[in-house]
Amino acid sequence: SSNEHKLNFKKSKEACLSYIQDALLQKQWNRAAEFLTCYVESLEKDYSREHIGPSEIIWRIGTEILWHHSQSSMKEFNCFMEQMKTLGVKRYLKVCLEHVFHLLCNGQIDEAYQNLSLAESWRFGEQTAIQDKEMKLIQAYRGLLDYYSWSKQKKILLEHGEDGFSDLAVEQEMHGYFRKAAVNLKEIIKIPGVWDIFVKCYVDLLEFYGDHNEARQVLNEYAYNSKFPANPNAHVYLCQFLKRHRESKKSLISALKILHDIVPSHELMIDFNTMLQKSKKRKKRQLGLEVIFAALDYAGWKENAKAWSCLARQVKQIVISEKHLDWIKQEWSSRKDWWPAFHFSRYLAKRNWQENKNLSYEKALVAGILLGKGCKYFKYVSHQGCKAQLKRFRMLKKFVNRHSSVYLRVSG
Amino acid sequence: RDFNERCAQCSEVNWGLTDGGRFYCRSCHNVTERTREVVNTDFITNSRVQTISKGSRKQEKNDGGSEWYICEGFQLVLKKQVEALEALGVCPQMKDEILCNFWRCYLQKSKQAYCKRPAGEAVKALSVCESSTDVDSDPERPSLLHLLSLSESEGDVQTDCSFASSMSKVSESTSVYSGSVDGSLYLMKNQKEKLRMTMPMTLSFCYMALLWVREPITLSELLRYVVEGHIPYLNVFQHFPEKMKLCGLDLKIFCVESWPVYEEVFNKMHELAAFLDLPRFPDITESCFLHPDMLCMKYLMEANLPDELHNWTCRVVKKIGIGEADFLTLVPGNKSTRKVKYDVLAVAVIVVVLKLLFLLDDHYEWLLSEVAEERNKNNTEGGPYFEFKKWYEVVKHSLDVEQKKLDEERAKYLWRCEKPLFYSVKNKSKVLKRRQMVVNLQNQFGKLSGSVQRVEKPNPSSFQLSWSEENTDGSCFHGHSLKGILQEKRGLLTAMNPDYWLCTVKLCNEKLCGHLAHYKEVEFPQSYHFVLGLFSFLLRVQPSYIHDEVCMIEHKLFNKKLYKKLKYNTVLRK
Repeated sequence: SSNEHKLNFKKSKEACLSYIQDALLQKQWNRAAEFLTCYVESLEKDYSREHIGPSEIIWRIGTEILWHHSQSSMKEFNCFMEQMKTLGVKRYLKVCLEHVFHLLCNGQIDEAYQNLSLAESWRFGEQTAIQDKEMKLIQAYRGLLDYYSWSKQKKILLEHGEDGFSDLAVEQEMHGYFRKAAVNLKEIIKIPGVWDIFVKCYVDLLEFYGDHNEARQVLNEYAYNSKFPANPNAHVYLCQFLKRHRESKKSLISALKILHDIVPSHELMIDFNTMLQKSKKRKKRQLGLEVIFAALDYAGWKENAKAWSCLARQVKQIVISEKHLDWIKQEWSSRKDWWPAFHFSRYLAKRNWQENKNLSYEKALVAGILLGKGCKYFKYVSHQGCKAQLKRFRMLKKFVNRHSSVYLRVSG
Repeated sequence: RDFNERCAQCSEVNWGLTDGGRFYCRSCHNVTERTREVVNTDFITNSRVQTISKGSRKQEKNDGGSEWYICEGFQLVLKKQVEALEALGVCPQMKDEILCNFWRCYLQKSKQAYCKRPAGEAVKALSVCESSTDVDSDPERPSLLHLLSLSESEGDVQTDCSFASSMSKVSESTSVYSGSVDGSLYLMKNQKEKLRMTMPMTLSFCYMALLWVREPITLSELLRYVVEGHIPYLNVFQHFPEKMKLCGLDLKIFCVESWPVYEEVFNKMHELAAFLDLPRFPDITESCFLHPDMLCMKYLMEANLPDELHNWTCRVVKKIGIGEADFLTLVPGNKSTRKVKYDVLAVAVIVVVLKLLFLLDDHYEWLLSEVAEERNKNNTEGGPYFEFKKWYEVVKHSLDVEQKKLDEERAKYLWRCEKPLFYSVKNKSKVLKRRQMVVNLQNQFGKLSGSVQRVEKPNPSSFQLSWSEENTDGSCFHGHSLKGILQEKRGLLTAMNPDYWLCTVKLCNEKLCGHLAHYKEVEFPQSYHFVLGLFSFLLRVQPSYIHDEVCMIEHKLFNKKLYKKLKYNTVLRK
């Protein structure tokens, strides 16, 4: 019907909005501001049925423009944010929080702290209860800033300590910050969520004051409580903690195992493999092999000499002992189709040899065992190594020749 | 004053008016019950158009406003509009004689004034903005939502719902708010027989008056002037006097949030003409601007097409008889004649002529262009031969530029004005606060817009695209000759193109589905779509609207052949 083509307020503002979006994407801040000027009268219409209303749109777009526009000052930015806070009471705390983030990005820590405190004291009938989550976040960030102050004081104290001076006032202040920070940080990490930075800071505080039990409990909760979203960092933090405090190998291994399941390419996998190789239990050693193979599936590890040396060591050890070749077979069966091209091409042989002889050595060992002495990689590297009269390459050649039939057995 | 009765007390005829609008005898100060009926002919702003009624009228209300009726508001709107038209150069009789009389006639016919109010239709004294009365158990009072849903929404549903919900919060009773006396009544009654006044209809009034006087302004031009701001429409209520307080349901009536479409204004105008029982309009003859021959000339120029095409358009016009006064002149109420859209008709004729000469099947026109190009090489005569390809490139480029500008302008329309609108006193402060914030934000971001300033309203111009013969780059095609694409046959120049394709073999029944044909871009050649698009831009109507008209002309033109050969394929030989 002809009414569909009528240009009305709503369509006009939709068009305006798409012009703004285009301008933002192309970083044309002047143009975006020009169209936003025309858009703002949407505030005078009621959009209570829409999912996102003009006040939210104006807040978000206005923030972007003011943040990036060359002629906009921090003062103007702050003034705008204050206006936005009055615009929608349902969004008040969110706006406060984002304002705080911007202040922090701009290095205005004190202003950020003030805003957080102000926001914390805000009350507005039933809205206070509805915006409970945002309030917790605000308190958490204030706790974070308290932590920041605490660590500054701690630094001062340690420096003074070196000089032999002890400053009671500083110490007292420091403890004060600790208390304030701890209270808020503890609260937020109770709620299921991703709170990496809060957890780290809180654990740091606990460790400093010697409360290892609480710290371990916090980290365990964070990593193992199923209500929390899956988060590899949680496990990493736990592992790092366990290592720091030389906790039992058993708990460390189980934590690392979970990390391996979630993020096989994590950098802790090298340590994990090293630990597992040393284990007396067969299953653990097999797991070690699994772990190192899995890590090397990822492109980021291709040139990691340490990782290759772990694999090489384990492969060598298995081959010499002539036990558990089936482990290698199992790992290799799903990789034999693509690892040769991925790791052991002639091109890579040349490059590895040029750039990193250690790397090429370790890889050549693995290649020679898995693919036989005829494989391109091994042939090239061992040839080059012998040519250069490097002893270990000669040894390598001998070793692979001696075990030249292994590859047949592992290829299946 | 026509009140010539003798005073009951002193038998003198010496009347004055009280503040309450009643006649009193100046000799003996006897106040009558008769109230003044407007009989003066000039449009005074606060002329109270009112029937002879017994009720008195409060002059002053608490907020400094006074009672006013909806039709008074519209009267003001019309006055403003016709004054703007006068400023554009329209003859002054339009205001004082034509439009004024039309309006009065309308008021009479719709029984809003100049007549006895039908019995039993006393205007209820409706509550005004500030009071939420305690009339709760009146079952005859319509609920607010009912009122809002009855009226065709000019505004959008969201505002209505928020209004309704905010209203229901205010009071359980369904008292209805409006600044005017009869706002709610206006929306409530079934106005189908009485043709209720709306904002778009004011433009119908204007157009009707323009047509009567045969002013050289087409409807598409009129609507374009409205959008460009030369004719008050969008926030015209700003000019209402202070005493006429606008709130509540008045907003639904006077605040527009969309630009009116050609079709809407056009159809309403015809409805109106019939409703007013107007006689046959003054004849549209060959010397009139609105005659297809004249309008074709205008649009040919604007489309940068050769003047020589005018011969062809005149031929088509003559052949199908659309140049006759009987065809062109409006006879209100005559349902058998097709209502003429002068501007659309003219451009449709041009489209048909282009199809006749160039076929426009995405193939032939380019071949022909190459032929013309070849001929141009050996051309020793004065002017160059017209080449379709060159014309296309030049016009497309300009059209794209203008279209882009127009699209951006549309996105930048400012709909609100300084005068705040609020539904009730309750949300007045909120509205004012919002307005203040909007102004602040506009200032803040306006400064960051850089050197881009809001361009002043361009002067109203009849032509949107202009091409100058003085340009040496050859971008003006007016003087180009068609000889490059014509051939001599029996001493006459005829088109080289022997074929023609009909837009549609069978016309739809307009009364059933509202259209003669249904245009879908993908089903037609790109060149045809381009040409439609060009005129669609100039007239600010949808391409399908022009397409309908093209179909109609084609069917008139090939009537005989169609009748004979309807069974066969659609490609006909001329």
